[in-house]
Amino acid sequence: MKARIHVFLKDGVFDPQGNTVAGSLQSMGFKKVKGIRMGKVIDLELANETQDEARREVQKMCEQLLVNSVIESYKLEILA
Amino acid sequence: MKAGVVTFPGSNCDEDLAYALSLSGFEVSSLWHKDSPDLSEFKLVVLPGGFSYGDYLRTGAMAAVSPIMQSVKQFAGQGGLVLGICNGLQILCEAGLLPGALVRNNSLKFICKDVALNVEDTNNPWTSHLKKNDTLIYPIAHGDGRYVTDEPSYNAMKEKGQILLTYKNNPNGSAHDIAGLCNETKNVFGLMPHPERATDLRSQDGKKIWSSILNSLKEKSA
Amino acid sequence: MKILDTSPSTKEIARELGLSTEEYFHICKNLERNPNYAELGIFSAMFSEHCSYKSSRKYFKRFPTTGKRVLQGPGENAGILDIGNGWAVAFKMESHNHPSFIEPYQGAATGVGGILRDIFTMGARPIAAMNALSFGTLDFPRTPEIVKGVVKGIGDYGNCVGVPTVAGQTFFHSCFNRNPLVNAFTLGLVRHEDIYRGSASGAGNFVVYVGAKTGRDGVHGATMSSKEFSSEGELERPTVQVGDPFTEKLLLEASIEVMKAKLVVGIQDMGAAGLTSSSFEMAYRAKTGLELNLDLIPTREKEMSAYELLLSESQERMLLVCTPENYEKLEAIYSKWDLHAVKIGTVIEGNRVMMTKNGEEVVNLPVELVTDPPMADRPSNAPSDLKQRWFFDRNKMLVASLDSKFQSLVEDINFGNPAPLVEQYDSMVGNRTQSDTFDDSAVLRLRDIKNKTLKLAMKADCNPRVTWLNPREGGRRAVAEAALNVALQGATPIGVTDCLNFGSPENPEVMWQFQEAIEGISETCEALKIPVISGNVSFYNETDGKPVHPMPMIGLVGLIEEDLRLPKNNFFSTQLELGLLGVPEGGLGGSMLSFTWFKRDCGKPEDTDLKALDRLLKFCLKLKEKKMAYAVHDISDGGLVTASLEMAFRSPHDSIGFELEIPRETDVDGFLFGETCPRVLIAYEPVERGDLENMSSRAGVPFLHIGQTTDHHELIVKQGGAKVLKADIKSLKQKWDSRWKMFF
Repeated sequence: MKARIHVFLKDGVFDPQGNTVAGSLQSMGFKKVKGIRMGKVIDLELANETQDEARREVQKMCEQLLVNSVIESYKLEILA
Repeated sequence: MKAGVVTFPGSNCDEDLAYALSLSGFEVSSLWHKDSPDLSEFKLVVLPGGFSYGDYLRTGAMAAVSPIMQSVKQFAGQGGLVLGICNGLQILCEAGLLPGALVRNNSLKFICKDVALNVEDTNNPWTSHLKKNDTLIYPIAHGDGRYVTDEPSYNAMKEKGQILLTYKNNPNGSAHDIAGLCNETKNVFGLMPHPERATDLRSQDGKKIWSSILNSLKEKSA
Repeated sequence: MKILDTSPSTKEIARELGLSTEEYFHICKNLERNPNYAELGIFSAMFSEHCSYKSSRKYFKRFPTTGKRVLQGPGENAGILDIGNGWAVAFKMESHNHPSFIEPYQGAATGVGGILRDIFTMGARPIAAMNALSFGTLDFPRTPEIVKGVVKGIGDYGNCVGVPTVAGQTFFHSCFNRNPLVNAFTLGLVRHEDIYRGSASGAGNFVVYVGAKTGRDGVHGATMSSKEFSSEGELERPTVQVGDPFTEKLLLEASIEVMKAKLVVGIQDMGAAGLTSSSFEMAYRAKTGLELNLDLIPTREKEMSAYELLLSESQERMLLVCTPENYEKLEAIYSKWDLHAVKIGTVIEGNRVMMTKNGEEVVNLPVELVTDPPMADRPSNAPSDLKQRWFFDRNKMLVASLDSKFQSLVEDINFGNPAPLVEQYDSMVGNRTQSDTFDDSAVLRLRDIKNKTLKLAMKADCNPRVTWLNPREGGRRAVAEAALNVALQGATPIGVTDCLNFGSPENPEVMWQFQEAIEGISETCEALKIPVISGNVSFYNETDGKPVHPMPMIGLVGLIEEDLRLPKNNFFSTQLELGLLGVPEGGLGGSMLSFTWFKRDCGKPEDTDLKALDRLLKFCLKLKEKKMAYAVHDISDGGLVTASLEMAFRSPHDSIGFELEIPRETDVDGFLFGETCPRVLIAYEPVERGDLENMSSRAGVPFLHIGQTTDHHELIVKQGGAKVLKADIKSLKQKWDSRWKMFF
């Protein structure tokens, strides 16, 4: 089973990397870019039997290590 | 006075700290990240600078869940003095021993230079030998030194005297210029600048923190 | 058809892998058979210029390499010098030019990683790094990206491992547009008894692989850097290796620990040509053979062939040899640091290296045939246009206004504050760095040595304009300037490493430059009694047949044995006198001004007077004993004007200004912009002048009082009492500060 976690800086936490990339795109002529938030994607390969169990465990992983809830939020997908 | 300096994989200021602490009169032992010993023999435990685990997930994140941190948390819970410098501060925040978090510098660049700091509060074991609004010159050397916290937390910290050092010219975009902060009970302190690099070579300002710590420890045991 | 490791080779395949037909026949003849494909891979890497030094090796005999401090001269991973009290320093400089053009960030980062491993494989803990960077100019669109990537790559790697970057040189010139030079220097500190070498001695001993797993990265990196770029070369991306400084840090700590515990017989980095060069070179040095089982190599990718395993340049890997008794203890230390140490073979008697894969022998070669390729005898010729290069129309310059010449200089891209680059490097980790102005010599205090003050000074130097116009003087001046910078900090020069960056050795003019530069380096080292203890050659620095300016980069180390105050590097007061030590009137040939004025490198650089240099170096060492506050700065690129401006820019006083008075019967341009070596600017309290005059005349060093600092933030030049040049220092400083900021 595979899981995918999308980690982003929470709204309101300044993202200088995203800002810089947005600036570059705008200066390249992509004037419609209004803003960019950059995050990371973490793909996991799991040996879990059920999706529910996998989801519970990955949530724990996020809370305990993969995501810092002070500054980051995440979205979890379980891929069959 | 016994001090323990933790070595995480990727720590690189552990030796510098041991050197600065011994110069200041501490008896220094090295602590290994995979152990979780009882730390009660120590008067001070220090988490050094560096790039623990390469800072590959988030700065300090993986070190914060290593076995030694169980001991450090217990030690702090019993009122023991815990100091984190640079990566050490990042680890303390990730471990929840200090509020807030450290993220990339505004400039997105690593910055290494001497900076001027303002002493904000002295009613604690860390800056007791200094006066409010004293200036300290310490080097900084970090890529993720921008401190973030929300306004209510900031106001609470400010009120309780938890903000000990601020930058005079904010180099990294830290919220409210915060360079060093402690917990509510004031026994856990973390700062981005490096007092251990300003102990006997580039400036002597680092000594002021070491002697504050030594003195408050002596008063406590007296 | 799929080529197998054991497929027989042909001369066509050999040529594809970069071996000449002569080389291929040499191999077949000595082997008495055709090498198979995997073996051919070994030859192609080991016979490459990068690994074999086949065009350059014979010239190295010219270098003076002995001296009472030399514990290890050239030929090892790094050279080693005794610094007393049972301690020694190991240092070396290496290039990572081609990879840094293809992928600036990773190229520069892995360059730092490689040189760090060269140092700690000797048993020495790296305590200081320098870098010498040569970039193209803004007329080439990729320049900003390359500058940014290289600087970040060096910073991210060195900062993470915890080795301070303390000094260096940055130079911009259009000849480096498509071929930037990235030269990295590392110095390590070691107890005499902890020194190790890359030698696989003792039949029956285990050959052990440690560090990161092997992937297909960089297969054939060594042959890539031995080929010049064509413009399509920009597509060669797949051979770039990716650095992992965190693993490097673990490898460093674990390796130092096993060496201190005396668990190692010999150890070597898997650098260029990976397992191939490390295994054959270690066997060669010990006069032994090796038996290796390639199936035991930890891999990151599936189904790697012997060819790929042998030539992979995956980073952060080392090969070491230990006795069977020590294997378990060694393994335990590496696993404490979360690294794997895996036995992949044994040392055997004889002189052959044999390797198996899937139970089948894939390599069986005599060591010396691989490590001793036929030397190339390259013709060399002085460039036919040398006279044209030396010519410039002095009259045109004489009639022009002083202000226009001054403006051309301060508008040049090389007139820039290195701070935007330097601040990205941790220059202080290790708590040894006492002085790190970057473009002056750095000074490190060795806190490791108890009860005695020992300090090291170090500097990287080379002026490619001078070297292009007169390579012998270029070599001379690189050593002279580096030695002077170190001596200005009060240090006695003790040793040199070189990193010789040139175009294609197949070009006779390049070969001539190479020979001449070596001559210049050698005669200067002889005159100053400084041994050359390690070095590196990087040929094929050219694009579409056009070589870069020759860059025989010198890394020089000096020793300070007393605890004296270091001189300052700025105008520390608004009431100082300024003095000029050394040549009063410098030559303009090969100067920065002659380039900015005529828009080409021109003129014949004046020869460095080595006797005068030696006297000035000795005078500098006397100067530090005198108890006075003073500031000094070497005069080089841009002459006295840029040297004095830099000292003003670094002044703690916002209002700092200064005045210079052109001495009578002195050529104005030569005085202000001349670059003959040696020239030094000194700033001192007025009361000291008499003393300085006496001291310098006793030492046989010319000394001239040439001006003073002021508090009106202006640069003023006077001749016979009349102002001939005036400029505002604040606006000049703004230019200087912002010039290199644009890259970041």
